[in-house]
Amino acid sequence: MSQESLKTLLAEASPARSGDFLAGVTAESQEARVKAQRRLADTGLAEILQTPLIDPETDEVQRLILDQHDREAYRPIAGFSVGDLRDWLLSDEATSEAIAALKWALTPEMVAAVSKICRNQDLIAIARKRPVVTKFRTTVGLPGRLSVRIQPNHPTDDAKGVAASILDGLAFGCGDAVIGINPATDSPSAMRRLLELIEELRLRLDCPVQSCVLAHVTTAIDCMSRGAPVDLVFQSIAGSEKANSSFGINLAMLKEAQDAAKSLNRGTIGQDVMYFETGQGAALSADAHFGIDQQTMEARAYAVARAFDPLLVNTVVGFIGPEYLYDGKEITRAGLEDHFCGKLLGVPMGVDVCYTNHAEADQDDMDNLLTLLGVAGVNFVMGVPGSDDIMLNYQSTSYHDAAYVRRALGLKPAPEFEAWLREVGVFDGEGFLLPEASRGDAGLIARSKLLEAAE
Amino acid sequence: MKDASNPPVTTEGADHPLKRLREFTEARIGLGRYGAGLPTAASLDFAEAHARARDAVHSSFEAQVIAVTLEEAGYETIAVESRAQDRATYLRRPDLGRKLSDRSRERAAAIPGGPFDLVVVVADGLSATAVNAHGAAVATGLLAALPGDWNVAPVVVATGARVALSDPIGEALDAKIALILIGERPGLSAANSLGAYLTFGPRTGRSDADRNCVSNIRPGGLRPEIAGKKLAGLIVRAAEARTVRHAAEGRCRRPDRRRRLWPAADRLRPFQSLQTVWRRRFSESLPGTGAARPAGDDLPGGLFPQPRGKSARPPFEAVLRQHI
Repeated sequence: MSQESLKTLLAEASPARSGDFLAGVTAESQEARVKAQRRLADTGLAEILQTPLIDPETDEVQRLILDQHDREAYRPIAGFSVGDLRDWLLSDEATSEAIAALKWALTPEMVAAVSKICRNQDLIAIARKRPVVTKFRTTVGLPGRLSVRIQPNHPTDDAKGVAASILDGLAFGCGDAVIGINPATDSPSAMRRLLELIEELRLRLDCPVQSCVLAHVTTAIDCMSRGAPVDLVFQSIAGSEKANSSFGINLAMLKEAQDAAKSLNRGTIGQDVMYFETGQGAALSADAHFGIDQQTMEARAYAVARAFDPLLVNTVVGFIGPEYLYDGKEITRAGLEDHFCGKLLGVPMGVDVCYTNHAEADQDDMDNLLTLLGVAGVNFVMGVPGSDDIMLNYQSTSYHDAAYVRRALGLKPAPEFEAWLREVGVFDGEGFLLPEASRGDAGLIARSKLLEAAE
Repeated sequence: MKDASNPPVTTEGADHPLKRLREFTEARIGLGRYGAGLPTAASLDFAEAHARARDAVHSSFEAQVIAVTLEEAGYETIAVESRAQDRATYLRRPDLGRKLSDRSRERAAAIPGGPFDLVVVVADGLSATAVNAHGAAVATGLLAALPGDWNVAPVVVATGARVALSDPIGEALDAKIALILIGERPGLSAANSLGAYLTFGPRTGRSDADRNCVSNIRPGGLRPEIAGKKLAGLIVRAAEARTVRHAAEGRCRRPDRRRRLWPAADRLRPFQSLQTVWRRRFSESLPGTGAARPAGDDLPGGLFPQPRGKSARPPFEAVLRQHI
């Protein structure tokens, strides 16, 4: 199969979404889409493997994808078509261990292809069978657990404002994925100030969490060289060298950052030190998609992610706007696809369940997607006070939402964090949030000495 | 400061232990909970803010009313539309919102009296609510404050517009400078915010790195009554500085040097470069506005929210290009 025909087949088989229309790569009709899905189902994994979507000579992500492929692990599925792979993944033969054994056999294009012929329930049922567990100071991704990133953003990085949002989140049992701040100003000094703020709070509360300031990777490298307390290094990544270069990064920079953060040796139970964010449409928006549909491009970003043993990878699914994912239906589908593809590739997937005000979506759509992802076994979601990110100006899941989904589905936080929450009186003996009246959080707030600082 | 029309975050949970910390952040902290659920008032507060933003995105643009207001104030107008024929297409296809319809291009090109020093465009953008409310007032304030010897084109009232629609408009009219007043993407705290984007030498294909902008023009932000005059002053000073530099250095052909022709940033503080605005993600109060939370046009704000390196362009400039 030629490179162009595989691109076309993958794009035409993709469930409809506005970004693919914008790129002009969709099927002509709904019937044509299903016909493409049939052809894709009959396409051999071997054909996909033999047809790199971007010329490896000119694209380091493509080279990485080819280098990652493990022929030995691939042998048991070498004769599969895409349809065979779907059937097998759904079958009882495909246990957690059996799927995990395919981590380096599967390529992004294979998992993207199989996702295109899966319904939402297939995406959930299969992803559920593939936990991906990572560690730093907490263990993230264990079955039956759901972690939360506290996202305490503030328009001016005001220390007290940020700390207040963090405390509110801790009192809801959030923060076990990371306390991660998008800084208003990207500079080493601003980053260091925020890191030290979280560090002080963490030590004062004796709380097993990791911190991250989501500045550019070069800012983090600069900070580390000056001895700032960097736990996790953040970077946005995408599925082509050109798209990554639009972010001002390449693979060597990510490696340098990973090595530097590991050398600080700050993790207590693990050294997974990277935090990546991705999102469908990122490559197209940088005109770096090479005619490839946005969902396949997204899966390629996970090849980049898994090369650096991240603690967390987060698809910011509804953020980019309605020209990429138009409404609640498209955002929901994309969130489930990204989680599925990430997990099959062995990536510790979380999802920023979110939307902007010009998308055809609302809180009900987010409730639905959050619940579906909870069932699918998502590693973590965002916790934003009252769902309203006052700095990035969009809506994500809230501390309340996280508490809801944990209760509704019986999911607990990371074990180390759960123990701490019990100790400070926020959670009961079963590992669930105590009634507010018991005010375990008041003790927490007292220990933070934040109110005194505010006087 | 919040709009008078905006509701307080909530009164529920007023005895919450985090209550005292609310003065440090507008984040919706300390809302209280019932079980895991949001108290009713907080839930409805949020729903109302979102509904207001949604209404603003889908509100109809009163282009006629704006044109009449401007003409009554003594300014000629022409109406144009982009190639995005309806709101759903507009939202899905930002590329079409950056292109003039053939009819509109012809109409603009037929306007006599060029070349013009400046064209002012009043456009719906992502919040017709904002433009309906104070687009005409800002435009007239601006036009009245310009030097008498400037050759100013008729005001263009543009429907279905993205920021970059000012490029083909300026091109068709043969204008040296284009200034577009456009409704910004509504946020939960403000759905009625206007942005002003300035482009020297507007031509199709200009990059957003070539533009400068003032964001958050609204009551409670940069007040519409004074915004026009302020913008006029900034445009004139910027144009003068540019002319002086041109005379001194000869014509600057290198696009990467264009930015240096702007007056020093400290003197033109509100007229920040798009990059600066991007970097701050509309997060910093503009001087004199007192607004903690300006909204952006339809800038994505920060899916990948960091500048590339320390001083360089934003990494997501390409997204900017897509979104504006």
